[in-house]
Amino acid sequence: MKEKVLEKLNVRFSEVIESVNEFRGEMTIVVKKSKIKDVCLFLRDDADLKFDSLRDVCGADYYRPDDRYEVIYNLYSISNRFRLRLKVRVDESDLRVDSVVPVWSTADWEERETYDMFGIIFNGHPDLRRIYLPEEFEYHPLRKDFPLMGIPGSLPLPRK
Amino acid sequence: MGLDTRTESFFTSRLDEMISWARRNSLWPMPMGISCCAIEMMAFAGPRTDVSRFGSEAFRFSPRQSDLMIVAGTVTFKMSHVVRKIYDQMPDPKWVIAMGACTSSGGMYRSYSVVQGIDLFVPVDVYVAGCPPRPDNLLRGLMEVQAKIARGEKPGQKEKIYVPEHA
Repeated sequence: MKEKVLEKLNVRFSEVIESVNEFRGEMTIVVKKSKIKDVCLFLRDDADLKFDSLRDVCGADYYRPDDRYEVIYNLYSISNRFRLRLKVRVDESDLRVDSVVPVWSTADWEERETYDMFGIIFNGHPDLRRIYLPEEFEYHPLRKDFPLMGIPGSLPLPRK
Repeated sequence: MGLDTRTESFFTSRLDEMISWARRNSLWPMPMGISCCAIEMMAFAGPRTDVSRFGSEAFRFSPRQSDLMIVAGTVTFKMSHVVRKIYDQMPDPKWVIAMGACTSSGGMYRSYSVVQGIDLFVPVDVYVAGCPPRPDNLLRGLMEVQAKIARGEKPGQKEKIYVPEHA
């Protein structure tokens, strides 16, 4: 199955794949940010691959000068019983990533969570609001430069 | 038998005493079950530690009909406004039990999103220790509220009561 995925992707997206990594049987493919939606659409619709389930979307902050953030997509093909992880590197200068809600509608809340925690903006998301924190909160708490105990006064308490 | 003596079956008391007796023996809890402490709070109302022995079996999910708020769980900043609003909707005199470590002090959640103790925005009468507290420990907390009413204290004013973990 791994070979088939790589073979199919290399035919159409050979210049889009940045790296392929395998660790303990888990395959991770880093994809160019601009093409993530096309890759996802292809993986979902290809008759042999059929990655029909998006299990999770999350973010990561590596706190490095280039490509500080990553958005991670965990896919699953129910008919092939195969898991695949896609990653997209996001630089601090441009936090926009194409939304995959048109591909898998379950990405809606997961992209909202990634936006809430890391401030990554998903182009074409139908309703990109914060999902956990109050709407008026100004920060993104899973970023590495956010203090653990928060910023005093940023989350107001009710009056005593 | 007693029927013959019914003309003598009365006793005198102060009105305050009577009202206090009625109040403390029918505290109606508002179950503010936010997280896992709520499971122990349900056990506290269940048959083993039967809270109806103390007149508090009538859990009301309307704050208008209750006078004891049991805050059971981790209160986040976002949730704190809801807790305060429900507290404000309860009729006076009203009492608050902070059940468990999270509610009393933030507990193990020393984090930006969790209020480090609900006494930062709501007056608390009794703190019950434990993570979560055993149901009998919460029962002890209820009895402490009853003792406060019996002493004629006003809610949220006099000294706080701390129920230790192995009371």
